[in-house]
Amino acid sequence: MSDNVMVNENLEKVKEYYSKFKGKKWRESIDVSDFIDENYTEYKGDDSFLVGKSKRTDKVWSICEKLIRKETKVHLLDVDLKHLSGIDNFPAGYIDKKNEVVVGLQTDAPLKRIVNAYGGIRMARNALKAYNKKMDAFNELIFDQGIRKTHNDGVFDAYTPDIRKARKAGLITGLPDAYGRGRIIGDYRRVALYGIDRLIEDKKADLLKPEMLIIDSEEKIRLREEVSEQIRALEKIKSMASRYGFDISLPATNAREAFQWTYFAYLAAVKENNGAAMSLGRVSTFLDIFLEKDIKEGKLTEIDAQELVDQFTIKLRLVRHLRTPDYDEIFGGDPTWVTESIGGMLDEKHSLVTKNSFRFLHSLINLDPSPEPNLTILWSTKLPKNFKKYCAKISILTDSIQYENDDVMRPIYGHDYAIACCVSAMKVGKQMQFFGARCNLAKSLLYSINEGKDEKSGAQVVDGIAKMTDKVLSYEKVKKAYFAILDKVAKTYVDALNIIHYMHDKYAYEAGQMALHDTHVERLMAFGIAGLSVATDSLSAIKYAKVSPIRNEEGIAVDFKIDGEFPKYGNDDDRVDKIAVEIVEHFITALKKHKLYRDAKHTLSVLTITSNVMYGKKTGATPDGRKAGDAFAPGANPMHGRDCSGALASLNSVAKIPYADCCQDGVSNTFSIIPNALGHDMDSRVNNLVKILDGYFIQKAQHINVNVLDREKLIDAMNHPDKYPTLTIRVSGYAVNFNKLSRAHQEEVIARTFHDKR
Amino acid sequence: MTNKEIIGNINSVESMGLVDGPGIRYVVFLQGCKLRCLYCHNPETWDINRKCESVTPSDLIKKIIRFKSYFGNDGGVTFSGGEPLLQPEFLLECLKLCKQNNINTAIDTAGVGFGEYDEILNYTDLVILDVKAVDKEDYKKITGLNMDAFNKFLSDCVRLNKKMWIRQVIVPNLNDTKESVLKLKHFVTKLKNIEKVELLPYKTIGVHKYSDLKIPYRLKGVEDMDEAKCKALEKLLI
Repeated sequence: MSDNVMVNENLEKVKEYYSKFKGKKWRESIDVSDFIDENYTEYKGDDSFLVGKSKRTDKVWSICEKLIRKETKVHLLDVDLKHLSGIDNFPAGYIDKKNEVVVGLQTDAPLKRIVNAYGGIRMARNALKAYNKKMDAFNELIFDQGIRKTHNDGVFDAYTPDIRKARKAGLITGLPDAYGRGRIIGDYRRVALYGIDRLIEDKKADLLKPEMLIIDSEEKIRLREEVSEQIRALEKIKSMASRYGFDISLPATNAREAFQWTYFAYLAAVKENNGAAMSLGRVSTFLDIFLEKDIKEGKLTEIDAQELVDQFTIKLRLVRHLRTPDYDEIFGGDPTWVTESIGGMLDEKHSLVTKNSFRFLHSLINLDPSPEPNLTILWSTKLPKNFKKYCAKISILTDSIQYENDDVMRPIYGHDYAIACCVSAMKVGKQMQFFGARCNLAKSLLYSINEGKDEKSGAQVVDGIAKMTDKVLSYEKVKKAYFAILDKVAKTYVDALNIIHYMHDKYAYEAGQMALHDTHVERLMAFGIAGLSVATDSLSAIKYAKVSPIRNEEGIAVDFKIDGEFPKYGNDDDRVDKIAVEIVEHFITALKKHKLYRDAKHTLSVLTITSNVMYGKKTGATPDGRKAGDAFAPGANPMHGRDCSGALASLNSVAKIPYADCCQDGVSNTFSIIPNALGHDMDSRVNNLVKILDGYFIQKAQHINVNVLDREKLIDAMNHPDKYPTLTIRVSGYAVNFNKLSRAHQEEVIARTFHDKR
Repeated sequence: MTNKEIIGNINSVESMGLVDGPGIRYVVFLQGCKLRCLYCHNPETWDINRKCESVTPSDLIKKIIRFKSYFGNDGGVTFSGGEPLLQPEFLLECLKLCKQNNINTAIDTAGVGFGEYDEILNYTDLVILDVKAVDKEDYKKITGLNMDAFNKFLSDCVRLNKKMWIRQVIVPNLNDTKESVLKLKHFVTKLKNIEKVELLPYKTIGVHKYSDLKIPYRLKGVEDMDEAKCKALEKLLI
């Protein structure tokens, strides 16, 4: 058979397969969302259709389990030193070829990591050094001799003195200036629905559009270069797939191919990039369309469908990046944030829940709980009852899922958005994010009392702040100075992110992921804050009690004496909760005064991930009575143990932090409750959890992590890790395997408020 | 009518009560109780003269309304204590305001107040009645008081045909016998409109409060009631 005949036959097959699908728009232009809307089948039933894992899955997973256990002990199993990161730079790899129904690994072996040096050569070198490995001499030469400059080098060429000072003091930390920024979601579904060739054709056509041919700005030149990079990346994805024996130039023509094509697209992203968060997007309902069709036509059984989901999930659980021990210390548990968004509504009446929404959650039962993929429920009070109950059940059984409010996000992003990392929403394939770590609000407050000097080092970090000599702190004075500090921090912060993302685009551009976006993409720049509850309670203490700073010889307040009571954030008390709202509103307003690189839109998150421990370590004693070095509460949580009016009062306080137009990159809340406080039996626990979620989200709250467990169990796990190999808990926007946390993180998690009345 | 002069003395509140009535409930613990039950785990709520948090009914209702979104179709407010019936004017005003705001109301009581209950019960959707004991002798032994007050309250509930949950705390070696539970069963079968009967296992969780308050604890050495055994006893009630 000649090649031409084969191509024609394949084209016929595609035509035939897609002829039965409804809708027109998605055929004419790249529009996965339209394809989903026209063709998905909403499922309102319960979980009784679900099946266990297949024999093949069992075989593949048990090999992986052994490897993961081994890796937990040694931390780094293996690393490919020969090749540098790239979409098509690695030979094919398998776990157990004959039993794998979805194939493809980052390198030629499971859990073998990739060296990515484009973010920063130092970071890559240090990571290798920590495990007694050395970079390939030739590869190293490419960077050392300046043949290839890295993102990190670019950033430091441009950093201002103010940025350097703020960075050094820990006022702004975690900046993606030495590693991949991540938080970009390619629309991986496009490869399955359109095939690579159509996507290339489309990008080529974009290059010839009139607006792309007027070359009158740097931006236009950059975009042309980027689109050409994207086309090259698409070719590489195709070539990478062919190493596994698949031709993905055309669309998938059965469910298995749809899973495989989508996975190849995602795999390309994690071969190319070591981004902090490499999220998957929103694939389950899309893939359900193919499953439904094949099942209806008798080509697939429920067992086959669950097998595909489980094996796809296994692949996502194996994603690894090479990172330094320092990095792992900040973000406990080696996270990759393969976030998959599930559920949500299409419109006021129809949900996007399908059988596959259930199957994805069910993988936590078939394959035991696991932090990855980071399964995220887009919750609406209007979701089908049975699905709500199933989510609650899986939360109670596994502590592995998180919830985000579709009713507040859908009006902003439309119904085809997904979560990157923990809480960052974006339109799939139409928006991307410039990730921006976070600044320390509690430290900023101390600067207002200490003349802009750092309370730890004594260094002058922020200039132009008047000396405060009051014996008892005045609320009005401190607040005024604090907001002045925040204005200055905002400027430094914007400067840093503008530089970082300029350099990242230049030296570590994510061509493979951006190829799966529209050419004209909207950009969000995500600023972040840590220590909101500490800053809020500190201001409340100054306002409602008497706070006297205890100053050292240099005049720096090293501790505070507090006389009297003051309201604390986390008790649904407006007197203090309003202070929190005022702080975030002031900060986003200050940020918005500064213009952003590539006309990005300002967003703000209240999310610390696990860095609340590290931020606390670097921050002196605060006026709320928190001692120097003590951990902050995570995200937007009230401080440990200060929310004492019951769980719902705590939720109500967090729900007041405004999402739309203010903290539009997410407001993270982690909620821990002991099983008996939630109800006496599974049924009542499920029903109560559903009501808690509905009640919280009706108030326009954005995010919640749910843990249903006993503190005693965690203490036991800390002392006897072998007894709990899969103990997974939600920390802040993501889940971790409890055993992979450092002792300090484990202790912080145990110290958090567990709602336990009765 | 809102009466600004009425001020309640509240020990504490729990914004997420999941076991004091149906659904998710905001629980208000009122200060003061005349009973001195052997196993009481809230002795700090006994003294009615101890000033805790003073609050007016209208301020309390404002707080409660903040939690309406969690109540769904079965949750609401439970007034507990202490003994809620010991602050009748305050309780009545709060119940009225709840009903005005379409909030389900329950009172968690041992039925020992001042004897005028009709109006209170008119605004109460559910009475959670703690039956300390069925026999006079046992009742006196456990609570320190005779049963007259309890009987008066119960007869008012029966007359007004109030929906009720019956509860009893089960303590090892005190009332953890089949006979004792069957007596309760016999007592309950004579009543109408009983939606649920629950046995609550005794817990030592509140014991430390006694030493803090310098009150001698009379059940020293008694261990937590075995939950499985308590469940088994509960089955006798069906």
